[in-house]
Formats: sequence, structure tokens, C-alpha cells
Amino acid sequence: MLKRYPTLYYISSRAVWYFITFLAAVTINFLLPRLGPANPVDIIMARSASGLDTKTAMEKEEAYLKGFGLVELNKDGSIVRDASGKPVQSPLIKQFFNYVKMCLKGDLGTSFLNYPKKVTEIIAGAIPWTLALQIPTIILGWIFGNILGALAAYKRGVFDGVIFPSALLANSVPFFAFGMLLVYIFALQFNLFPAIGGYAQDLMPAFSWEFLSSAAYYYVLPFFSIFLILAGGQATGMRSMCIYELGTDYIKYAKWLGMKEHKIVFYMFRNAMLPQLTGLALSIGTMVGGALITEMIFSYPGLGMSMLTAIQGNDYPLIQGITLLITVSVLIANFSVDILIGFLDPRVKAGIGSK
Amino acid sequence: MKILKNLLKSPFFVIGMGLFLGTILLALFAPLFYHIDIHSRVGAAYMNPGGKYLLGTDHMGIDMFSLLLEGLRSSLYVGFMAGIIATVIGTSLGVYAGFKGGWVDDFITMVTNLFIVIPQFVILILVSASMKEGRSLSLIAFLIGLTGWTWSARAVRAQAASLKSRDHISLAKVNGVKTVGILLLHILPYLMSYVFMVFIMQTASGILSEASISMIGLGPFDTVSLGTILNQAMRSEALTDGAWWAFIPAMILVTIISFALYLINTSMEGVFNPRLRK
Repeated sequence: MLKRYPTLYYISSRAVWYFITFLAAVTINFLLPRLGPANPVDIIMARSASGLDTKTAMEKEEAYLKGFGLVELNKDGSIVRDASGKPVQSPLIKQFFNYVKMCLKGDLGTSFLNYPKKVTEIIAGAIPWTLALQIPTIILGWIFGNILGALAAYKRGVFDGVIFPSALLANSVPFFAFGMLLVYIFALQFNLFPAIGGYAQDLMPAFSWEFLSSAAYYYVLPFFSIFLILAGGQATGMRSMCIYELGTDYIKYAKWLGMKEHKIVFYMFRNAMLPQLTGLALSIGTMVGGALITEMIFSYPGLGMSMLTAIQGNDYPLIQGITLLITVSVLIANFSVDILIGFLDPRVKAGIGSK
Repeated sequence: MKILKNLLKSPFFVIGMGLFLGTILLALFAPLFYHIDIHSRVGAAYMNPGGKYLLGTDHMGIDMFSLLLEGLRSSLYVGFMAGIIATVIGTSLGVYAGFKGGWVDDFITMVTNLFIVIPQFVILILVSASMKEGRSLSLIAFLIGLTGWTWSARAVRAQAASLKSRDHISLAKVNGVKTVGILLLHILPYLMSYVFMVFIMQTASGILSEASISMIGLGPFDTVSLGTILNQAMRSEALTDGAWWAFIPAMILVTIISFALYLINTSMEGVFNPRLRK
């Protein structure tokens, strides 16, 4: 029945696909941390058995084991222990289902470092900063890069000779290294912008003019360190795409017809755009990763920083919670791009599908 | 040969190859001319460049130039290892899926797309965080290769699928050549230049991935790499101390290597796709 509405069919089939991917991501998030010899579950099991810990440490570990449903529980909610005091581990498959159940409920466990704060609470505080930094940066970088790439392809000559190599160079600089360079030059040498943080330290987050302007001031350096590199990468891709389009018959025909230049550029741009949109969907994961590390350089109060503290403090529940959240956000971003493609790609409307 | 001649005409290729070979030669032969010592403290913390030590010292008083050379060697090693592993996995899966078609193709494509969407660095973080002591450089290279093959599988699959219906392939099939034989003798040779480009890009992304993962403190424990140098500089306040020599040279090296590899890749694209040349 859905076949009669190709766009709807396309979107719902993508939705099913992303749900499967989500389940795979949850599985990976559950299994991978257990592969290593220093995996959190073994360590905590061993520590909880030794009985050498302080009382609060014991409490944390028990909360972890119970919270993630890793151990068998007595009827009164206490942990079942064997003769030597070692907690009795649940079978792996049971642990897995407990974990999936937790995730679907939106519970990501309790943080070790900030015990008894819930992981979701910590993440909720960090998310707005990450979203505010990354969404505009990625979208603007993508648009700016594409325009630059199209111009370079269309104008060629000196314009291309300057833009293309610089875009390629920008694309080769690692995000974090560029961030460090900007901090060093603009924050520490010239004192133009603040080096770290998301807003002035004497302020509290609020919807006041004072706070927002301070946040905007702190926004400049992180923004540019992600934006320029992203734009560089997009520009190189768009340039080849446009040169390819310029060699096609329809452009030649349009030129013979004596069409206005801006019209031809518009056609070229529109056709080169779709593959770029697919390219965006494929590279969002990498972009988000790079941007998160940039957040760490700037001690920006977002997810990147929470992740860094979590890694340094071995806060496993927080690490696992953040990685899952990042994956889910990347999935959502991808799905949105797919929906956009569904509306823009004439092949989808015609029911041919695009792969 | 003709391809090489064409490539040498492209300034991008010459510059890229020159830079890349330069870094490789530096990494290979520097130990012959310079005594690399990354363990002993030779002076105070953050000694200025110049003088006895070309690039000064790091926060522990270790010779920065030694660290940089060792870091370059490690980073190139990770890049090549990860590049080879990812290229082999990606190419094999891609060629096989593209040639076979049908449900095999569907399955491999689905798995590939799945791992394209799940960010590589998330997987790297999850695995590295659970390996505290045993995190060696080789292990990290291996992990990066094992998780980075996805987009090359996708790209190679598309190429192989377009070759599938060529006459010489049908002829080989009629003559009873086995699938493996067709893949190795009749499809891969046509894709060699493409596979080489994939390898170049995988190496570049391997070096960048290692640098990123080391930057967040999940790098190798057994040696220094360009990423761990940057991480150490960041953690020990090289920025606020104005010790530019502790991070800018490492940064420039990472950038030069990946820039060189991108240049090589772009110039090869230009040669193999005449439409881009103009």
C-alpha cells in the first residue's frame, strides 16, 4: 500500500533500518567494554569481593552492579554472594537484556565520579552546549564549503588555484590541533578571546543579556576551529562534483541555448548538491567526533568535556552513557539528512530509490 | 608507466609525493644521524629551542626533537598498519559483495552501512577504555584498521559492481574459473589504481585517528606518537606557558603527512578521471 507513496515508503524503510542500527549500537555499547582485560565489570566484581574498599566505594560499586543488572539479587534486593563474598554474576544474555531494558527506559546508570548523580542528569547539563556548538557549525560549514567549492569549480583560474589548495590544507589539519593553535595565537598571545570555558566564570547560566553575550564571546574560537576545517573538506568534495557536472551534456546544451550564467550555475549546484548531501550523511559521525575533541581543547562545558573527565576518572557508566548518546545523536542526524534527501531527490519521488 | 608519467606532470602529485617521501626518509634514517633518547631528562622543563637541543625540552625536560622523531616513526607505523588492514578488509569485502550481488551483497552492504553510521571513534573509545595496561601502539593500529574499513568497502563495491557485467568476466565464468580466481585475476587488476587510492586515504585517516584517540588520553602506553606529544603538551600547560615548541612541530608534522596524502589522492583522481582534469 505504501508503494503508492514512494517518499513515505522510502522514509519508513529508512526508519526501520535506523532502528536495526540502533539495536546494533546498543549491543556494541554493551559488549565492547567487556572485551579488554581491564574491563570495568571484572574490576568492580573483584574489588567488591575483596572487601577492602571504603564504605562509599562499596556503595558505588554495589549501585553499579545492581543498576546495570549485572548480578543476581536476593528477594530483599541485596546482592547474592558466594561463600568467598564474590557477587554472583548473571548470565551474559540476562545482563544484555537488562541493559537494553535500561536504555529503552532512558536510564544510563549512576556516575562513579559524581556519585550519586545519575548519568542522564550529567549528560542533560552538557547536551545544550554541544548542540549549540555543533549544529550551527556543521550546517554553516557545510553550506559555506559547498558554495566555495562550486565557485572554485566554476571560475577556475586564480580563484581555484588559491581556494582549492587551501581547502585541501584546511582539511588535513586535525580539528584539535587547529583548536590548540587558535587558543595559542588568539587567546594566549594576543588576548583577543578567552582560552577556555563556555562563559565567564563569575556568571550563572541564565537567559540574561549579560550571560548570552558572554557565551557568544566564548563561542567564537571553538566555532572557527571546527567551521574552517569542515568547510575545507566540503569545498574539496563539492569542487570535484561540480567539475564533473560542468562536463555533462545538459550543461553544454544549456550553454548553447545561451542561458543566463546564474541559471546554469543554479542547475549545476542543484545536481552536485545531492551527492554532497549523501556525503554529509556518511561523514556526520567523523565530524561529531572531531568536534567533541575540539570541545575538550576549549574545556567547553559540553559532552566532549564530560567524556574527557569520565575517561580520566575511569567513570565507566558515564563513558558508556556518552558513547551511546553520541551514537544515537549521529543516527538521528543521519536520519534527518535521509529524510531531506527523500524530499529533494526526484528519484525517490519516482520510486526508483537512491542508494 | 604511462600513468606514472601523467602523474609526474601533476604538480600536486610531485609536491605530495615529495613531502610524503620526505617524512618517511626522515623517520627511517634520522636514528642514524641523531641520537634519539626519549627516556632521560636532559635539562629543565620547557627549555627554549636552540642551543644544545634543537627544539628545546618538554615538560619533563626530555629532548623534544627526539620525542618528535620517535613520534613521527610511531605515527607513520600506525598509519601504514591501519591502512593495510583497512584496505585489505575493505577491498575484499567490497569486491566480493560487488561481484556476487544478491543476498550476499545485501548483507555485506547492510553491515557496512551500519558501521559507517556508528562513529568509529565511539568504538575506539569503548575498546581502548577497557584496555588499560596492554594498550600498545600495534594494538591501536590494529583497532583502527579493524574499524576503519567501512567506506572503502562501500567505494570498492560500487566499482566492482560496475565491472561485473564486462565481457571478459562472462567469458571467465563460462570457462569455469572459480569466484576467487575471477576476483583476483579479472576484477582486482582493473581496480588496482583505485585500491591504491583507498590505501592512501586509509593511511591518512589512520594517522589522524591515532592522533585523535591519543589526544583524549587513550593513546599507546609503550611509546610516544605525535598524538601523545600533543596530549602531553595540552595536559602540562604548554599553551599557557607559551612553550610553542612542545606542540606546534608535532601539529605541523601531522598536517604535512595528511596534506601530502590528500595531494597524492587528488592528483590520482585527476589522472584517472579525465573529466576532472580540464
